[in-house]
Amino acid sequence: MELTLFVIFGAVAVASAFMVIVSRNPVVSALFLILTFFCLAGLYVLLNAQFIAALQIIVYAGAIMVLFVFVVMLLRTGKEARRGYRLIFQKSIGIIFVVLFLLLLGSITLMVSVTGMRGPYTAEAVRHIGNTQAFASVLFTDYLYPFEIISVLLLAGIIGAVVLAKRKR
Amino acid sequence: MPIPLPTVNLIDISPEIILGVFGVLVLLIDLFLRRERKGHLAVLSLIGVVGAFYASLRLWGSSHYAFSQSIVVDNLSLFFNGIFLLGTALVILMSVSYIRREGINLGEYYSLLLFSTLGMLIISSGNDLIILFLGLELVSIPLYILSGFARTNLKSNEAALKYLLLGVFATAFLLYGIALVYGSTGSIKLPMIAKLLSDTAVSSNPLLFIGMGMLIIGFGFKVALVPFHMWTPDVYEGAPTSVTAFMSVGVKAAGFAALLRVLLTALDKLQFSWVSILVVLAILTMTVGNVIALVQTNIKRLLAYSSIAHAGYLLLGLVAGSRLGVSSILFYLVVYALMNLGAFAVVILVGRKGDQNLHLNDYAGLGYRYPLMGAAMSIFLFSLAGIPPTAGFVAKFYIFSAAVKEGFVKLAIIGVLNSALSLFYYLRIMVIMYMREPEKKEVLPILFSPGLVIALLIAVLGVLYLGILPSRVLDLATSAIRTFLSG
Amino acid sequence: MSPFWIDLIIMLIKVIVVMGALLGGVVVMVVVERRGAGFIQGRLGPNRVGPWGWLQPIADGIKLFLKEEFIPAQAYKPLYLAAPAFFMFIAFVTFAVIPFGDKVELFGRTIQLQIADVNIGILYIFAFASLGVYGIVIAGWSSNNKFSLMGGLRSAAQMISYEVALGLSIIGVLMVGQSLRLNDIIGMQTQYWSYLPRWNIFIQPLGFLIFLIAAIAEVNRIPFDLCEAEQELVVGYQVEYGSMKFAMYYLGEYTNLITFSALIVVLFFGGWHIPWIEGLNIHPLLLALLQVVAFVVKVFAFLWFFVWVRWTFPRFRYDQLMRFGWLVLLPLAIFNIFVTGVVMVLIP
Repeated sequence: MELTLFVIFGAVAVASAFMVIVSRNPVVSALFLILTFFCLAGLYVLLNAQFIAALQIIVYAGAIMVLFVFVVMLLRTGKEARRGYRLIFQKSIGIIFVVLFLLLLGSITLMVSVTGMRGPYTAEAVRHIGNTQAFASVLFTDYLYPFEIISVLLLAGIIGAVVLAKRKR
Repeated sequence: MPIPLPTVNLIDISPEIILGVFGVLVLLIDLFLRRERKGHLAVLSLIGVVGAFYASLRLWGSSHYAFSQSIVVDNLSLFFNGIFLLGTALVILMSVSYIRREGINLGEYYSLLLFSTLGMLIISSGNDLIILFLGLELVSIPLYILSGFARTNLKSNEAALKYLLLGVFATAFLLYGIALVYGSTGSIKLPMIAKLLSDTAVSSNPLLFIGMGMLIIGFGFKVALVPFHMWTPDVYEGAPTSVTAFMSVGVKAAGFAALLRVLLTALDKLQFSWVSILVVLAILTMTVGNVIALVQTNIKRLLAYSSIAHAGYLLLGLVAGSRLGVSSILFYLVVYALMNLGAFAVVILVGRKGDQNLHLNDYAGLGYRYPLMGAAMSIFLFSLAGIPPTAGFVAKFYIFSAAVKEGFVKLAIIGVLNSALSLFYYLRIMVIMYMREPEKKEVLPILFSPGLVIALLIAVLGVLYLGILPSRVLDLATSAIRTFLSG
Repeated sequence: MSPFWIDLIIMLIKVIVVMGALLGGVVVMVVVERRGAGFIQGRLGPNRVGPWGWLQPIADGIKLFLKEEFIPAQAYKPLYLAAPAFFMFIAFVTFAVIPFGDKVELFGRTIQLQIADVNIGILYIFAFASLGVYGIVIAGWSSNNKFSLMGGLRSAAQMISYEVALGLSIIGVLMVGQSLRLNDIIGMQTQYWSYLPRWNIFIQPLGFLIFLIAAIAEVNRIPFDLCEAEQELVVGYQVEYGSMKFAMYYLGEYTNLITFSALIVVLFFGGWHIPWIEGLNIHPLLLALLQVVAFVVKVFAFLWFFVWVRWTFPRFRYDQLMRFGWLVLLPLAIFNIFVTGVVMVLIP
């Protein structure tokens, strides 16, 4: 059951991620990206991380991508979108390298078993503590400093958006 | 569910806190200042930078982890703090009159500079891949904005867009690298990774090597190593000159701080493999940077390629990986900050509104008309080329000797040859300054603003002092790494 | 039969019942809305089809069903067709985690009167509610009509803005309830302070107010129906939709309305809880039934409130809408969180 769901979510995620880059219409690309995010959320659920799955949908699929779609829709996606350089040389080289890289990664994952140190949060432990609680207790203790840094990072981003977008004084 | 809060010692991050507070303070006070008074904010920012410097000074000598091992407060991080804060202070001094001339004297400018510097401080004490990543982002995001700060200037817009797109691309590499390293070792704490690598099953996992490569690519973008340097000339040319100066010094130093931490603390056991990568990158970076710099006619582009070449020299110290190598990197970064910022200060002086007057021919005859400025520029150029008795020579000498001592003789020779090559284009500027008549008869006089003059003075004196009496700072650099390499 | 199959059958029954109840609710709402409008505006409203016009929705349905299926020539067909279905689908799926009654003992099994008891229930609702906007935005874009596009863009901006206030307004409730599971939140509210039931409305009045206002904006109703705005945009994103595709939007909108009313009841008015009934000795099955009825009554009270608001207030101007959302609701929501935190620290 779990494996089937994993394969379905994974396959749809990869396929729609592929469609993001090949589809000619930017709006369609954006929508496929949303589908990718949705499938990622599904994968999080399979990993017993429901909280992160919900956040993934709320933040990425529900908020950020709405803004993407918003902007893309304002673009004139007529003939201009289809013009532009063909870049045959770059494209072919890129495709070759991507395929090689994927083959490499794929063969490695098939060959090598997981070597990393295991953390304390197994599925049982998370079920015992509670999903959201486990997340919070790590975020506000071990990762307190990164958490604070992110707030400064977001502040800098907001300032930037305001500076670049506000009317000329 | 009550969460037991960890003990938090705010003294350990006092420099970061001071900078952050002043960044917000600048933003707030900006609300109440009229346009022509924004210069006060520069003073305020300078106070913040000096305060952070003082806080770092107070911490000097400490060596411990904090925030559940996510940061390490040691002399290395504090020395880096010193470099970043010195660079930021000089850039703020240079900025006041420049951004007024360009009509971009908004309070947010200083605020973003401080936030970017804050990111650098965070990198320098990062003991955790997440912290390093966040620090690097905090450095970059304000810089994406600052590059496009001259909104009416098309080149500035282009620079911001290019920097943003390529920077984000590099970030993706970095994150993928972090994910792979984490996946193969199971930890993001640098010392923990090093400990886990003693297990051969972990240290022979191919995913780890791919992750390491990705990390090098990610950091390589930020410090502009060839072949990840494509963005550099356009961004350096288009961004406002003071921002270019800040980028060329700050981001480079921050990138090297991160590289030092990751490669020497966490992935020390994989030295055999990353050294060979870095050797190739170093040769490419030095050579390509210098060769392309030869044909540049725009002073900002020329300095951009020269900064690429300098990143190549710096890599030699990392390749050596020894005590001498790391301390020579630290010394080199101090010197590089002084001489490069000095050169950019002169570029700002000569420049005109709308970033005009950046062609090399615009420097014709300046050496006679403004002898002191000409002399200063000559000192910076000599230093960049590495000619005694300037600091550049000492710095290069230590870097190359560190490489030779660790057996990278050929690499050092290539470095020396490249230095000789670089002499050509640095001297060309001087030849133009002193030996060519200006094409235009009418040249607007240069306005020397106090901030710029102070910055120039500090840079000149610093370059000369470190060239003649380098031992004090070298000792500091040596003591900075004492706790770092002993583990 | 194995327990798995029994569970499956129970689940299917629950889904069918809830779907039926939602559709029935929509049918009732159509009448209530139109008759209510008549009542408020001092006219009769539809009263010809059936007794007091109660069969009007069926007539409406037949009319929509028999209309021509029309697809604009310039439309981007796949998305144009998918948008209404997506909108309706999301609207129905969102309801899945709302508990409409307490646990019931039936034939020796405990049955939860809720389709899915998710431990992050409230986030589940927010996640799906935030996806609903795509049904509108895509419709606006794929219709290839400037009015549609304007409506779609307006709704995208509006939903994003009010989602922030909506999300922050319930943080206070979550802080008090210490859980994201809707059953736990209701469980908290079944207690008493001496005689007063511990409903969240008494603890979080400001949060309730913000939630109520933001919810109206989220379901795009007057005074926040800027994406339809008949007078300016004809009907915004729906301009090019007719027949059953229009009906799907109609259904989806009313389903959303019901979902949000139910959410308000669950979060602030004790869900299915009937105050002071614990003392009376009632058969558990009857009690469960009464509780479901109480839930439905509470939900309909809010549905009527929405109708009342719709036919009473004029529409906001777009800049007023944005300013109100960002400069009034958002700071108030943050203030509410702050006050809640302070109070929780002071009074343990």
